[in-house]
Amino acid sequence: MEVTEAVAVDHGLKKEEFSKICKLLKRIPNLTELAIFSAMWNEHCSYKSSRKHLKKMHTKGKQVIQGPGENAGVIDIGDDDAIVFKIESHNHPSFIEPYQGAATGVGGIMRDVFTMGARPIANLNSIHFGSPQHKKTRNLLRGVVKGIGGYGNCIGVPTIAGQTTFDESYNGNILVNAMTLGLVNKNKIFYSKAAGLDKPVIYVGSKTGRDGIHGASMASATFDDKIDEKKPTVQVGDPFTEKLLLEACLELMADNSIIAIQDMGAAGLTSSSVEMASKGNLGIELNLSKVPCREEKMTPYEIMLSESQERMLIVLEKGKEDHAKKIFDKWNLDFAVIGKTTNSKKIELIFDNKKVAEIPIDLLAENAPIYDRPWKKTKLPQKLNFDKDEFKSLKLSDCLKKILSNSNISDKKWIWDQYDHTVMGDTIQKPGGDAGVVRIHGTNKAVAASVDSSALYCFSHPLTGGKQIVCESYRNLISVGAKPIAITNCLNFGNPEKEKNMGEFVECVEGITEASKYLNFPVVSGNVSFYNETKDKGIKPTPTIGGVGLISDYQHMLTMEFKTEGNLVYVIGKTDGHLDQSIFARELLNEKKGPPPTVNLFNEKNIGETLLDLSRKNLIVSCHDVSLGGILTAISKMCIKGKKGIKINSLKGLTNKYEYFFGEDQARYIVEIPRASLKKVIEILNKYSVHFDDLGIIDGNSIKYNDDINLPIEELADAHKYWLKKYMDS
Amino acid sequence: MRSSVIIFPGSNCDRDMDVALKKFGFKNQMVWHNDLSIPKSDLIVLPGGFSYGDYLRCGSIASKSKIIKSVIDFANSGGLVLGICNGFQILTETGLLKGILQQNKFLNFICSNVFVKVKDKQNKYFKDLKKDVLELHIAHNEGNYFCSDDELKSLEDNNQIAVTYCGDDGTENETTNPNGAIKNIAGIFNNNKNVLGMMPHPERMIDKYLSGEDGSLFFKNILDNFK
Repeated sequence: MEVTEAVAVDHGLKKEEFSKICKLLKRIPNLTELAIFSAMWNEHCSYKSSRKHLKKMHTKGKQVIQGPGENAGVIDIGDDDAIVFKIESHNHPSFIEPYQGAATGVGGIMRDVFTMGARPIANLNSIHFGSPQHKKTRNLLRGVVKGIGGYGNCIGVPTIAGQTTFDESYNGNILVNAMTLGLVNKNKIFYSKAAGLDKPVIYVGSKTGRDGIHGASMASATFDDKIDEKKPTVQVGDPFTEKLLLEACLELMADNSIIAIQDMGAAGLTSSSVEMASKGNLGIELNLSKVPCREEKMTPYEIMLSESQERMLIVLEKGKEDHAKKIFDKWNLDFAVIGKTTNSKKIELIFDNKKVAEIPIDLLAENAPIYDRPWKKTKLPQKLNFDKDEFKSLKLSDCLKKILSNSNISDKKWIWDQYDHTVMGDTIQKPGGDAGVVRIHGTNKAVAASVDSSALYCFSHPLTGGKQIVCESYRNLISVGAKPIAITNCLNFGNPEKEKNMGEFVECVEGITEASKYLNFPVVSGNVSFYNETKDKGIKPTPTIGGVGLISDYQHMLTMEFKTEGNLVYVIGKTDGHLDQSIFARELLNEKKGPPPTVNLFNEKNIGETLLDLSRKNLIVSCHDVSLGGILTAISKMCIKGKKGIKINSLKGLTNKYEYFFGEDQARYIVEIPRASLKKVIEILNKYSVHFDDLGIIDGNSIKYNDDINLPIEELADAHKYWLKKYMDS
Repeated sequence: MRSSVIIFPGSNCDRDMDVALKKFGFKNQMVWHNDLSIPKSDLIVLPGGFSYGDYLRCGSIASKSKIIKSVIDFANSGGLVLGICNGFQILTETGLLKGILQQNKFLNFICSNVFVKVKDKQNKYFKDLKKDVLELHIAHNEGNYFCSDDELKSLEDNNQIAVTYCGDDGTENETTNPNGAIKNIAGIFNNNKNVLGMMPHPERMIDKYLSGEDGSLFFKNILDNFK
């Protein structure tokens, strides 16, 4: 086929990008070369719209071993132990084919982690679906959950936490973000930078097929009516092969045979080979006739663009080929020497003894386009003036039941029962808490991890929303007694070519950066997913934060369920009663305007540190942060999980009980305090000058508040626990 | 007591089992599926996971693996063979245990704590066990035990039903049956009761920070009965 501008446009390149390619190459590329450019220059691989802004992120810290730019980020957790982690999106494929899309999302992120020499120890996910009433939602949810479980369960890595939301803005673009944590010895971390000349380049794993061709380009465009035609661009996963690949790679990594290793993810062999050569400032020569293929007569074009799963590219020390081959033979995996490193600083492809492509590496990497796209600031909406007389017709207990059974608040047990969350024998906090916790095997240490996003807040005011999610992640870790260390982020947005969407991105990143800097909670890895848009309708801005924290002695871990009758319940942090953008305003008042709650970073940090002090001194026995749905929702969950009731004190000097109970002010926690610890707790709270309310006492089997609320816990549990199950069964 | 855990490609509870066995004092060794013989053992464990990717049918390819002949010989000579989860599926595929494990009734993978009732204590696994109901953990997609009427009758007549799903008080009914297994069966013995297959994972319940501790009782009891 003759390469023309039209062919280039078909490959997702802009006209001006095609002319830039011709100018840089000083000739028209052949079809294989064009394919390589289109794969490397698309949004998914080049970060061309986001790079300018991502550079500003706060990425450094005392415990950061590796920040963004590698397969995953790495943090130091002491005693030579390091945690490798990253979150990644698989949104576009999951909407087209939910099972395989979600499954390969999980497979891909696990490969990113074990590529660095780490054994995966925990998976998390953040998944977002359209309105529950939308005709596609139920099947998409079922498929995604089965896909995530099907892959993670088979590999034998526990899925320890997650987040699921529903919003009509995801009707045409669901979001599937998968996160993996791995454990590695900090002196045995593997990187993707090739080094040394004439070193063998090895292909291992599954054979290459025709699946997933153009996957990365598909993820760099919006959807239209012909979306079903894109099914062939979705990869097909085989977790069994990945499990073998994991064990084989870790076995080979036990000695010093590997110089560099990179998994073949988006844009497959193209991006893995170019990245390794580019980082090492080398050239690479590949003989594509040697690539193990699943199908007959595959062309160089197809081999370079295939996104078949469970494959790795390795630059090996010379002379180690036989040793490595033995290991891959043992695990029944393909192994082929397909090329070598060179000093040409080009990627050169040979097929049937003919050179079929030759491109200088820097044209693909450094010279990839970078755009400074125009963007629009979002004004802070004006605070609403609620008519409080209108509240009076609402009974507190009815409001509470309605909120607890809201699709975004209700229990997600139906989902996580389908994920193996206990394999590996170290899960000490299961899904359903503020964060999942796994022990570092054989030590007293444990890591906590949580995934969070707040699309409604980000949509209302991206700058505040960006800050808020970082704080929410921070609080979730603190709530289980973990010291927050670092985050990874998955930035899901609409079309960056639209000023509004681009503005949402820029300002969310700004918010994330500001909060992560202040809280000393650096970003060590992440991924950007733009073009989450169908027929001109984009998603609400949904940056997802994956936070990781350390519990130095897991006996100090906290959980949220109320433990003992007679213990006192305090709200730590001040409640002003911010109802704008709250679940209460949406569900009970049908009011969707107004600004999100203000984020005060000083308070977040100060109160967070206070809480950590209390938990390290064993002065509190349960803890839960106050988020969506406010105080009353938070204590209901603590009651339901602990199967215990609470008698709430009459609150004096309150502005309004609805505002107090359902307001979504930030930087607040609920804690359970044994009477014997109370004096010490108050001393500490005063020392840090932290505001607190004496909320009530754990008592009986119902929630009681004056004459307003008298709700048996079982009734609340019914409202909370079964919405999702009933929805899926209906 | 010496034990061996067989590793099949795709096994993923092999390490957990190794950790549990060693914790309670077994001298455990790991054995690769391509080996032809098993080191001298008093107990062989087929661990959970997805041997050979669960392709064809769960456990069926593993039941034809190289090592399996040694396992069958060991079982036929009276040695203790324990299959957990995928190990149970493998044992039914080898024919050492009767029946089959079908997909769960509600067609979903289930990961959850369950209670099981110990139905027979005249065997080397449960003899003198202090409790009648154990809290264990399941994580499977194909745990719905099924067998023919004749097979069920012979299992019942010979007291070969080892454990059944129940409530915390021991009640067995449809609501305490997580996967639709016939007669709430969670685990069975062979005729001589030296081979035990069960879906619940005792190795995931071995300290108080995990889902529970009743798995410890199970392992300790095997050791006590060996002495």
